Amino acid sequence: MGRREWAGRWTYVLLLGLSSVALSFGGRAVAQPATPGPLAADPHLNMVPLSPEDAARARAVLAPPADFGAPQPFEALAAGAATGMGAVDERSFTHPSPNLASDRRLDFELGKALFDKLWVAAPASTRASDGLGPLYNARACQDCHLRDGRGRLPGPEGDMLPGLVLRLSLPAPDTDDAAAIAAHLGDHALGRQLQDHAAPGLKAEGRIAIRYTEVPVTLADGTVVRLRAPSYEVADPAGGALTPGLILSPRLAPPMIGLGLLEAIASADILAGEDPDDQDRDGISGRANMIPSLEFDTLVLGRFGWKAGVATVREQTARALSNDMGLSSPPLPEPWGDCTTEQVACREAPDGEEPGIRDGRELDGQSLDLLAFYARNLAVPARRDVDDPRVLAGKAVFYQAGCPACHRPNFVTARLTDRSEQSFQLIWPYTDLLLHDLGEGLADGFAEGRAVGREWRTAPLWGVGLTATVGGGQAHYLHDGRARSLLEAILWHGGEGQAARDQVNALPKEERDALLSYLESL
Amino acid sequence: MTRLSLMYLSAALITGGITLSGQTAQADGPVDPAQVVSTYADIGAATFGDALTSARALQAAVDKLIATPSEAALAEARDAWRVARAPYQQSEVFRFGNPIVDEWEGRVNSWPLDEGLIDYVDASYAESGENPLAMLNVIASPAIEIAGEAVDASLITPGLIATKLHGADGLDANVASGYHAIEFLLWGQDLNGTDAGAGNRPFTDFVTGADCTGGNCDRRVAYLQAATDLLVSDLEEMAKAWEADGAARAAVEADPNAGLLAILTGMGSLSYGELAGERMKLGLLLNDPEEEQDCFSDNTYNSHYYDGIGMQNVYLGSYQRLDGSMVSGPALADLVAVKDATVDADLRAKLDATVAALGAIKTAAEGGMAYDQMLAPGNAEGEALITAGVDALVTQTTAIERAVTALGLSKIAIEGSDSLDNPGAVFQ
Repeated sequence: MGRREWAGRWTYVLLLGLSSVALSFGGRAVAQPATPGPLAADPHLNMVPLSPEDAARARAVLAPPADFGAPQPFEALAAGAATGMGAVDERSFTHPSPNLASDRRLDFELGKALFDKLWVAAPASTRASDGLGPLYNARACQDCHLRDGRGRLPGPEGDMLPGLVLRLSLPAPDTDDAAAIAAHLGDHALGRQLQDHAAPGLKAEGRIAIRYTEVPVTLADGTVVRLRAPSYEVADPAGGALTPGLILSPRLAPPMIGLGLLEAIASADILAGEDPDDQDRDGISGRANMIPSLEFDTLVLGRFGWKAGVATVREQTARALSNDMGLSSPPLPEPWGDCTTEQVACREAPDGEEPGIRDGRELDGQSLDLLAFYARNLAVPARRDVDDPRVLAGKAVFYQAGCPACHRPNFVTARLTDRSEQSFQLIWPYTDLLLHDLGEGLADGFAEGRAVGREWRTAPLWGVGLTATVGGGQAHYLHDGRARSLLEAILWHGGEGQAARDQVNALPKEERDALLSYLESL
Repeated sequence: MTRLSLMYLSAALITGGITLSGQTAQADGPVDPAQVVSTYADIGAATFGDALTSARALQAAVDKLIATPSEAALAEARDAWRVARAPYQQSEVFRFGNPIVDEWEGRVNSWPLDEGLIDYVDASYAESGENPLAMLNVIASPAIEIAGEAVDASLITPGLIATKLHGADGLDANVASGYHAIEFLLWGQDLNGTDAGAGNRPFTDFVTGADCTGGNCDRRVAYLQAATDLLVSDLEEMAKAWEADGAARAAVEADPNAGLLAILTGMGSLSYGELAGERMKLGLLLNDPEEEQDCFSDNTYNSHYYDGIGMQNVYLGSYQRLDGSMVSGPALADLVAVKDATVDADLRAKLDATVAALGAIKTAAEGGMAYDQMLAPGNAEGEALITAGVDALVTQTTAIERAVTALGLSKIAIEGSDSLDNPGAVFQ
């Protein structure tokens, strides 16, 4: 991949598109140097530095496996003391971290109640439950994050199961002018995202229409794998036609597990994995996304979302509330959510805000904090079959193929003074939380922060083997769910992932199956 | 109420992901787990059966209201609705542990209601003062667009409500059926906020012809009748499921140890996450008068109270039916007492304490302080009453966990690596 393509693009791009909040960042939205200095600050964490002894222990425990004859110490405990040890069933992602303090359990339950809460359009008697939309994708968080797992795809009959959304953008101009770059995100007519549902009396913005083309791929041993190459359109667009050149970026709702632990990794540890100029010449670069924070008056390291466009669980929660459900909260106060100034009827529709109550928003700051607390404390299930010889053989293949270069197996989280559940844990997320070029096949052409159209954040693999278990038999992988199996997902990797993908392509069946067994055990 | 969601085990019960470790909960006393789950199923059949009986009485009262609308007929229908809630709420403890109940429950007790989609709502609820929804509800509109989809609502039938309005697959559904839809039609909106008073729909909303108020009385009557018929048929289905050869009974009797787990899971989940958390503490946090459950009728105190009674029923293996007769048999309590009498005594005491705390709320409500008034900011007495209920439920959950332990319900032993054989051995 032309890693050089990035050079002119190291200005970051405002994420906020048309929202008025974006304006408040306008003055600061200038080209940023590539040096990650300010990113390492971690304004969202109350952390103390590791003692030299702890730092040494962390280094030792993070060392690559010496051999593949047995699991590494603690390898089965995907999330350290926050690992879920429960039964493997469709509720495997729904449990609180077992190390959650007993006096916080009820907060988890309250957060869960809000996560499950079904919202209604205003006006309704249930004033604390109204304010949905007016344009929206889903009525409850859990409608997309099914049982805290990933979203489903729309059905063949066009039934509109929530779970996949289309983010909208115009092509990013080739300029360093931050304002011009910011202006490309979102559509002047439809906003940042396509909302395919509307409150009574309003018209939805359109429907997601997916067309798949089967692409056969022949592996070295002659096995044929059929990939589905998707193309996306908006059916029945509300205005009759879309803005010419509009870029559609499909995004599947990701699983909710382990988010608090990913948030608790010290930025410096993530940034240490950057190699933007591939100085070690392993073909893998890795760049941090850098974004303006809604919560802190600074640039921060992006960790969440398919392009690492959001820094914290709380901000991600507020964005999802606004974009997906049209609910205002203190960080994103527009009651109309993603409606643009051109969507007059939407902006004038009743909202769920009441002066002086719930911070004057549809969802108050306390509720947002409870939701974020819930999202931070969903346990990652323990690995299964960690010492099965086939799984161990697959692990060896995973390493030989070079997968860990991006799917970094483990981190030790920062020592935190206020979040004991996430503090100083050895975790196994299988992500470096960095952006990588994954080639043209997966590219969406959508720029977000520093991330360009071919770049994606390495997706965490913890829990990936439970996708079908949690999804009621459905398993769809990658950012838009195009892959129906883990093998398909691997074969889609291009760009920096091409070499590893080609190695998998060349594997004899036995080793390929072992690799898949290993992934299923995550 | 449900949020159309799968509800889960209480945090405490789930944390471990528990199962029975083989050698325990056997018949080493006078009580056999198989007998205990049979009693449980008997109570299920009786409770859902009473819910059905009282829903049929509600249906009769609704028919009467429709035939000859009057103040008295409306009052009678409202009374019948209140009576019907008591057995239904006692059945809620059968949720969470029984997938058959969980899959069904959203149809009859979903919340919050899309009331603006069903019937007219007060214009003052719209900030703009101009309420386009008043003209866009199903009762006013034979053809309506819901969530961007055109729906033919020219005939209001149970089928229309169940499949079109209430959502096809339980997802993305508009809540348009069940107890609360009927409640909204009988009472109307409660426009009193955290002040005294419930909904106050006039009986003339059900008068077809020239004296009709609220408009479209014929369609309102059709909606009320269809929603009530639907409730009756849904309850028929669940009552049958607990009778002999019913699927819900078969599920708990097939594996008595799993059945015991279902009982305790239902008790724990209802106590903790559902009642203490979602229904009581969240409403208090949000100071929301309508985060209460039976918001149109101001009947929330009864709903909470009978949830508490329901938990006692299944633990003590005894249920008093609507007709006063008793259904009882070998109880979970007996089984726990054999294992550890102290644990049993403690759990009985905690269940009593919960019923007392919920009873205090009921007494206060019947004395004039409705549940929504208790939620008002600055109502210290109301806050104390609700908080006492929350605390009792939380304490009770701990006692339920002790019973789980006493019965030998234990964490699944995951075999494998050293670190899993000793789950405490984490890197820290």
